[in-house]
Amino acid sequence: MNTVQFLVLFPVIVAILLLVIRQQTFRKLLVAASTVILTGASIYLIVQYFNSGAVYFAFGSHLLDLGIFILEVVLAVVIALLSLKHRQYLAVLLMLIGAALTVWFELTYGNQIHTTYNLFVDNLSLIMALIIGIIGSLIALFAVGYMKDYHHHHENIKNRSSFFFFIVYVFLGAMYGLVFANNLMWLYFFWEITTFCSFFLIGYSKDETAIKNAFKALKMNLLGGVGFSGAIILLFTQAHTVELNQLSGLASTVVLLPVALLAFAGLTKSAQMPFSSWLLGAMVAPTPVSALLHSSTMVKAGVYLIIRLSPVFAFVDGGSMVGLFVALVGAVTFLLTSCMAISQVDAKRVLAYSTIANLGLIVVCAGIGTYELVWAAIMLVIFHAIAKSLLFLSVGTVEHHLGGRVIELMDGLITKMPKVAIGMVIGIAGMFLAPFGMLISKWAAIEGLVAANPILTVFVAFGSAATLFFWTKWLGKLIMIKEKPADFTAKVPGTEAFTLGSLAILTVAICLLFPLISKYSLEPFIASVYGQTYLLSQSNVAILLMMMVLVLVLPLRLLTYRGLNYKPQYLAGTNVKEKEKFYGSLGVTQEVSMKSLYLNTIFGEAKLFPLGVAACIILIVVMIGVVML
Amino acid sequence: MSELSTWITVNGLSTWIAVILYIVLAPVLGGLIAGIDRIISARMQGRVGPPLLQPFYDVFKLRNKQNMVVNKHQKFYILCFLIFVIITGSIFFAGGDLLLAIFALTLASIFLIIAAYSTNSPYAYIGAEREMLQMMAYEPMVILSVVGMYMVTKSFNSLDIALYDQPLLFSLPGIFLGFLFILTIKFRKSPFDISMSHHAHQEIVRGVITEFSGSELAMVEIAHWYENVFLLGMVCLFFASSPVIGIVLALVVYFLEIFIDNNSSRLKWQFTLGSAWIVALVLGVGNIAYLAFR
Repeated sequence: MNTVQFLVLFPVIVAILLLVIRQQTFRKLLVAASTVILTGASIYLIVQYFNSGAVYFAFGSHLLDLGIFILEVVLAVVIALLSLKHRQYLAVLLMLIGAALTVWFELTYGNQIHTTYNLFVDNLSLIMALIIGIIGSLIALFAVGYMKDYHHHHENIKNRSSFFFFIVYVFLGAMYGLVFANNLMWLYFFWEITTFCSFFLIGYSKDETAIKNAFKALKMNLLGGVGFSGAIILLFTQAHTVELNQLSGLASTVVLLPVALLAFAGLTKSAQMPFSSWLLGAMVAPTPVSALLHSSTMVKAGVYLIIRLSPVFAFVDGGSMVGLFVALVGAVTFLLTSCMAISQVDAKRVLAYSTIANLGLIVVCAGIGTYELVWAAIMLVIFHAIAKSLLFLSVGTVEHHLGGRVIELMDGLITKMPKVAIGMVIGIAGMFLAPFGMLISKWAAIEGLVAANPILTVFVAFGSAATLFFWTKWLGKLIMIKEKPADFTAKVPGTEAFTLGSLAILTVAICLLFPLISKYSLEPFIASVYGQTYLLSQSNVAILLMMMVLVLVLPLRLLTYRGLNYKPQYLAGTNVKEKEKFYGSLGVTQEVSMKSLYLNTIFGEAKLFPLGVAACIILIVVMIGVVML
Repeated sequence: MSELSTWITVNGLSTWIAVILYIVLAPVLGGLIAGIDRIISARMQGRVGPPLLQPFYDVFKLRNKQNMVVNKHQKFYILCFLIFVIITGSIFFAGGDLLLAIFALTLASIFLIIAAYSTNSPYAYIGAEREMLQMMAYEPMVILSVVGMYMVTKSFNSLDIALYDQPLLFSLPGIFLGFLFILTIKFRKSPFDISMSHHAHQEIVRGVITEFSGSELAMVEIAHWYENVFLLGMVCLFFASSPVIGIVLALVVYFLEIFIDNNSSRLKWQFTLGSAWIVALVLGVGNIAYLAFR
């Protein structure tokens, strides 16, 4: 068995073990061991294939295809029955349409389909595999401690932790399958499994909102799934292939409609407008779920698919028109969700909006699909996966100690929980500040977009400005120096601390090592697809690294300050002895309290969300319409 | 300064000389500009005004003041603010990537903001939030300016843009006007001096810099001198094909800013944000669209 198959199957075996054996110590050990094994295997995979370009595997048989088909039908029946039980008739309908299409296709064409290669590995799937292996298993490890705390804090929720971990590991296996699949029917199978996993995990707590939001996510992703299976059927009936690597070589008359439908599926999965509401609703799930599925891996499946389609946008006649519409959906999403993030008070919703925004930026890059922009898109995927999972998990930890996840509660976190706060500062800086990761890719995105389509840079310019605002105000809250309340203690579980620490170190390490990642992994990949590649300007890299080192070294200066004359802050001359208090009118002692601006009247959801939904629905309808005509 | 740097780069001297000259001369030039600013402002208000070198006297005096802080972190953040403003100008005058320079300036501004946040003072806090509003207001126009310059010259490097043989002003009139508009915010001039006024003529408690005194305040002042020289360098780029006109242009622009400053009173932040974005949309995007579809 080669490493690729091992990576798909091993998590499933772990999942079954975790479902059967429910003891906490065993779970901890098994999750820790599988973290080591999955990380090791992902790295081994890189050692095996990183110099070999794209490698294809014929692996597969009719029996296996049949097995996948049967499993698909069984899952469809289970989900349809569940939906029926909850009276979600739209979900039932979508499930039935998807299943009917699959069954009809299998019965009519089943024995005509011959694929040369079912699986493959190239540098993009290697990068994705590494993200899934390292980030995915670290998050699972975090969840071990977190879920224990979670049930401690939510006693009314039935403890179904073993089911939780079962789904998490099934999901990891499906993600591996998704990034190694060359056969679109297999890709679709794994795609649907991630949808179902997401559905179960969002509905984990089984309360009313959770169930409602789980079905919302299910319906939107099933709609994408219908588009996906439609694409497969069209592709096979018109071009007699279901293989991903064949797409960019096909004639534009047969490939454009399927590709538009696949892009549509990608947009639903990566929660672009008008489908963003499912990801926002998914924030009811336990925090590791948000980190794993809804920021660092599953939503990346959507943009992964769109990145895979980018050669079609770039090379096939008329493909650039489809790509432009896809990019516009991403651009509108990036701009509006960045603005709406300003008006959010809940930290997880800020992160959710920022996730959708970043996915939007990736979609913009992949939609235009020039070699520079694909470079930027993949870099965004890498940096975002690490920094965002760090932020989500930190919010989860903080929530258990502060008793809430509203940003206003995080005033002076640096004095209350210094380590976690520093981790969050690294994560936030990683999301938007030079010289950290996301900014490098945003920079490449702007440079690439000016050359390809300058109007799109307008969206990026305005969206980035909004991004600055909501991250900085959060950052400012975290680093306020306040008196630590005497009764405040924080004990972070070991598994959580380990994950947070590793992710923080990884964030910094990737920022320092990105030139190497670009040189040895990304540039060869892009050169093989596009014939030319994006080269970082040496002098700019040098300046960036110098700034990076400065940012890391400068804090040492803090150790050298001596003999400062400390004074309380200015409170109009009426401080009392205790800091942070002052004499108010009528001689009452008041506490200083400061609240942030949320600019709800300008950037509120009520105004902007419908606008984005309408704009993006029009864009998608026009996109499909243009291709069909 | 910009004439000098253009001369150096044209003559192929090492970028390091440009950087060193910037680091040494920019505060001198920036201080002198601040001195002239104060004299002209005074004359506009019917006063005689301080001597030309007054800003330098002020900064030297601040250096010798007692070192009073709320916490030591604010000292550190201010140091970072100064360092990254200097890096911004160095990238620019070394002929480097304009986008990178702007991102470095953003980083610097964020250090100033979190310095204010870290003091946990209500006045500084409100100043910091308003500073963020200002950043959000001017950022799109700044990025669009660089985008426009790239569309004409096909380069992001300030050196290549400076060496472009046509005056950029003629292809980028909208962007130039838009840039002038947000320059009022960046120079901290009325009516957009919402986070702090550069001259203490409208307020007693000075917003974002309320809690900084002594050597910190001196650093903030020096950082602004560096920043202003960088910004005027950006203005010169619009007419860099003939450097003398470029410098005259920058001086005229600065005089105009002083004039606006003395003839308007502060407006609400809603107006700052709204007007800056509308200007960026109409003038900036309009200009870019014209270039793209020409």
